[in-house]
Amino acid sequence: MNIILSWLNDFAPFGGATDDNIERVAAGLNSLGLAVESVQHVGAPVPGVVTARVLRTERHPDAERVHRVFLDAGDGTERHVWCGAFNMSPGDVVPLATLGTVMPDGRDIQKRKILGIASEGMLCSATELAISEDHSGILILPGDTPLGLPIMEALGVEPDAVFELDLTRNRPDCWGHMGVARDLAAWFGLPFTVPGRPLGPLGPKHSAPVTIVDADRCGRFLSVVMSGIAVAESAPWMQRRLSLAGMRPISNVVDVSNYVMLEVNQPNHAYDLSTLGGGSFRIRRAAPDEALVTLDGVERTFVPRDLLICDGNDVPIGVAGIMGGRDSEISVSTTTVALEVAWFEPEGIGQSVPHLGLRSEASARFERGVDPYVIDLAVQRFAELLAETCPNLVVHEGAVDARAVSLPDEQRTTRVRTSRVNALLALSLADSDIAALLEPIGFVSECTEPGILMVRLPSWRPDATGEIDVIEEIARLYGYDRIPKTVRKSPEGGGLTPAQKRRRRVREVLLGLGVSEAMPDVFLSPGDMERAGMQGAVVSVANPLVAEQSVLRGSLIPGLLKSIAYNESHRASSVSLFEVGHRYLPGADVLPFEAEQLCIALAGREAPAAVQVWEEIRAALGWVTTSIVASAGPGVPGLHPTRHALVAIDDGRIVGALGEIDPGVLEAFGVTERVAVLDVDLGQLLALDPEPVQFRAFSRYPSSDVDLAFVIEEAVPAEHVAEAIRVGASAVLVRLDLFDVYRGSGVPGGSRSLAYRLRLQAPDRTLTDTDVAAVRVRCIDAVGKLGGTLR
Amino acid sequence: MIEDISAARDVALAAVAGAQTVDLLDQFVAEHLGKRGPLASLKARLGALPTVDEKKAMGQALNEATSAVSAAADAHRAVLAAVERRAQLAGERMDLTEFRRPPARGHAHLVTEAWERLEDVFIGLGFKVAEGPEIETDWYNFEALNMPPSHPARSMWDTLFVEHGAPGSTVLRTHTSPVQARVMTTQEPPIYVVAPGRVFRNETADATHMPVFHQIEGLVVDRGISFADLAGTIEAFTRAFFGSGFTSRLRPSFFPFTEPSAEFDIRRPDGSWLELGGCGMVHPNVLAACGIDPEEWGGFAFGFGIDRMAKEYHGVDDLREMYSNDVRFIEQF
Repeated sequence: MNIILSWLNDFAPFGGATDDNIERVAAGLNSLGLAVESVQHVGAPVPGVVTARVLRTERHPDAERVHRVFLDAGDGTERHVWCGAFNMSPGDVVPLATLGTVMPDGRDIQKRKILGIASEGMLCSATELAISEDHSGILILPGDTPLGLPIMEALGVEPDAVFELDLTRNRPDCWGHMGVARDLAAWFGLPFTVPGRPLGPLGPKHSAPVTIVDADRCGRFLSVVMSGIAVAESAPWMQRRLSLAGMRPISNVVDVSNYVMLEVNQPNHAYDLSTLGGGSFRIRRAAPDEALVTLDGVERTFVPRDLLICDGNDVPIGVAGIMGGRDSEISVSTTTVALEVAWFEPEGIGQSVPHLGLRSEASARFERGVDPYVIDLAVQRFAELLAETCPNLVVHEGAVDARAVSLPDEQRTTRVRTSRVNALLALSLADSDIAALLEPIGFVSECTEPGILMVRLPSWRPDATGEIDVIEEIARLYGYDRIPKTVRKSPEGGGLTPAQKRRRRVREVLLGLGVSEAMPDVFLSPGDMERAGMQGAVVSVANPLVAEQSVLRGSLIPGLLKSIAYNESHRASSVSLFEVGHRYLPGADVLPFEAEQLCIALAGREAPAAVQVWEEIRAALGWVTTSIVASAGPGVPGLHPTRHALVAIDDGRIVGALGEIDPGVLEAFGVTERVAVLDVDLGQLLALDPEPVQFRAFSRYPSSDVDLAFVIEEAVPAEHVAEAIRVGASAVLVRLDLFDVYRGSGVPGGSRSLAYRLRLQAPDRTLTDTDVAAVRVRCIDAVGKLGGTLR
Repeated sequence: MIEDISAARDVALAAVAGAQTVDLLDQFVAEHLGKRGPLASLKARLGALPTVDEKKAMGQALNEATSAVSAAADAHRAVLAAVERRAQLAGERMDLTEFRRPPARGHAHLVTEAWERLEDVFIGLGFKVAEGPEIETDWYNFEALNMPPSHPARSMWDTLFVEHGAPGSTVLRTHTSPVQARVMTTQEPPIYVVAPGRVFRNETADATHMPVFHQIEGLVVDRGISFADLAGTIEAFTRAFFGSGFTSRLRPSFFPFTEPSAEFDIRRPDGSWLELGGCGMVHPNVLAACGIDPEEWGGFAFGFGIDRMAKEYHGVDDLREMYSNDVRFIEQF
């Protein structure tokens, strides 16, 4: 929303467009929550730019893009400039920036030579003078303009400022200058007055009757007939304000309509009465597939939730609150109009806009909420402003003010407790302080008993409904900056939960092991999960940005494989990545299944690397109740069928898997290296709460080492052999290491040799040779039961 | 006999002095002072001496000779050992600059790094860390936050919906604010929590926007909470996180779930401003929806983006780089 300083000054004396004052006003707007996105200074004097008459122009044979212009700046000497625009003729008066001028954009006008001929200045466009966006050519002034005059004086342009506001949804009233001025006047403590005068004597009775068919959607519809109109250009001052506000001037009737909207925030529409069928209006919902060509020339097809303005013959002539129809537009021959000034229910407009794909200045206002009681002021301003260019304008008696049930109450009040205000804002305001802060913005209050105010909620503030809304207004007008700053301390103190601390530790361990953290997209393409070897249902996004991002990941593996493939394609092989993130799967609960996973992918590494990383994490986190279990079942989807194992918690829960990615999956993702992988449900692991390790007295007696190598079938996991040894050796086994695995000559195919070193030690005595021999035999027996033989 | 002792001593001293290595020296010492050495055999002759005085005198002379040889050997050994250690050290020279290799340590994601730094500052200010699901019900994401169905303010977020349950009932959370509602519906006040997390918007990625990004949300619910507590907490955070030269200000704004609402800006020491996030007093409707009596308890909430903090901190010019997972990016930090 563009707000113009001079326009605000119509309501209260905010001061001129000096740099200091513009800054002061902008700061006031920001403090009020009317965020200033940008400030544009316009029409400020540009010393050195004067009016000059074009004497003649001349082409130079070697200059294609510029020509020579000879000028008289009123001092009798002929000046020469080079100019790149060609829109002037001898006799025209143009702005000449003389040497030494500093232009609004900071450019310094120096004597410059082209083809050895000096240019004694520069001719200016309106943009270069910062008076409008028009940069189509050099600005041409009327031929009778005196020469040598400062340019702004010649143009009659006063310095001004345009504030571009980024308005929040709760301030529909500030879509008009009046609303902004009301707030700002309150902020600066200035008197606020609404310009204009009441309607003069009315002409003979002439009505355009109104029938509101759908009363829930249109709360008020006022039609008033005006005649004596002569369509022409509007006054220059109005054209200028409209341009600065970002609207194109069209004709006096359209411009006045727009001007009233930008001033009092009331959209309105003038229909040529001579083409209004039946001379009356009907407001009703659209019939299915009903259509209308709107002002922008596009044919719109409606559904029954769209609201239409129809003529007396029930023919649609406009989309209510959004845009008029092309065929009822006023034309150069229009002399009599029926002016529509209405209030439409916001939610209905808000639903039609996206479905029609049609947004307009009017719809933006109606869907946020317009003041239903500003209509009379709007009519008054329309007539007053149009009369400036239509001196014969007659406003006819017989205006029709149709009202319906959806019209909000004009008188709404809420109860505000002074104690509540002071408690929430940490202030100590008296009842009268509060009343004084609120009164200038129309929240008029009455103190019904000490500490209680009955506050009127203005009709232009549909957002304000209860006590808390009024408290916000008090805070705003008191000034957020003036409210003290205090700090409250939690009685419990801050900190991470044990699980949150453990999550950080997992990351630290991985970083220490040389694994870097990645954050691949949580969205996958349809089919990505299948390419990763994982069949089954997925969670889909109902309204994805693109089809490639329409599925939520059921596993972190596809994302990491994509990252590895990407890096490989950029000559970075053997990357080690991990991710901590959520995966999602369909579920029968209120929400889909969601779990936090840890996934590690080590490119260029084989399965044992994953085991090693897991053992490091397990040891660092004290997850002693977890183990790696050889997979007995059909395998883990996506993992190498003969190179994987499961990660289990000792209570039997399987929390993930490790190993290598299936070569077929690697191929599908375009990865050429082997990839070791660990994929575990981090949530379940973080929930493990390891008992503190208890001190055990260590033996003071000598230990004995025994080496045992077994030949055993490949199908028997080494972990089972180790377990058999542990059971066989019993309590005297203090350490067990698998120090060699051998396959080859001397060992039958389908088997391998596993060599273990046992350290034996008793807590209370030195073990004898007989003791050690007995342990050896028990271990050999135990492994023998698994089919292992001593090598 | 005294001549014999002198002679043996001189021979031994000469041998010791001539030793070139510690090993040879020890060998000579053993030869001359050992059980079968010349001085030992002279000692054996003491018994044959006629008088006690002679025995005493010769014994003393023998002891002196032995001591002199030992002392000379020790002194020479020290010299030889020093020479040998010097030779050893010279031979062991290493140029350690040859051994510099790129560190094997992995690299944390910039967002995680910023996330943890923020958590740590709020932990210092007395906050705990709360978490919630990324897929949310409409109720937690909107309705509990004072946005009933078809509330116009819902359009402030471009929502991504998930196909689950009734159409429109399940969303990818558009902000971390639903964690507020989850905490308030499951915990008794007083509540002092921050909730960092991943959020989702139906937006095309560009240099400053990502459809998936991260926010941190703060919530305090306690008795007698005022707007001054909100402003003071934002100020305390500003100083703790950015440094003591930074200050904050609040500007009126609008969010459906807070009132009064504000934007908060950070003023850098050079006087420039950084627009950081939104905040406000928890709306009474939100407290009530979560089963907390707004007359008894009050609260404030605030939130802002984590990704932008990481971006500014490390001078990354395009947010998309942070999500490229390109090791040329990752390994820089």
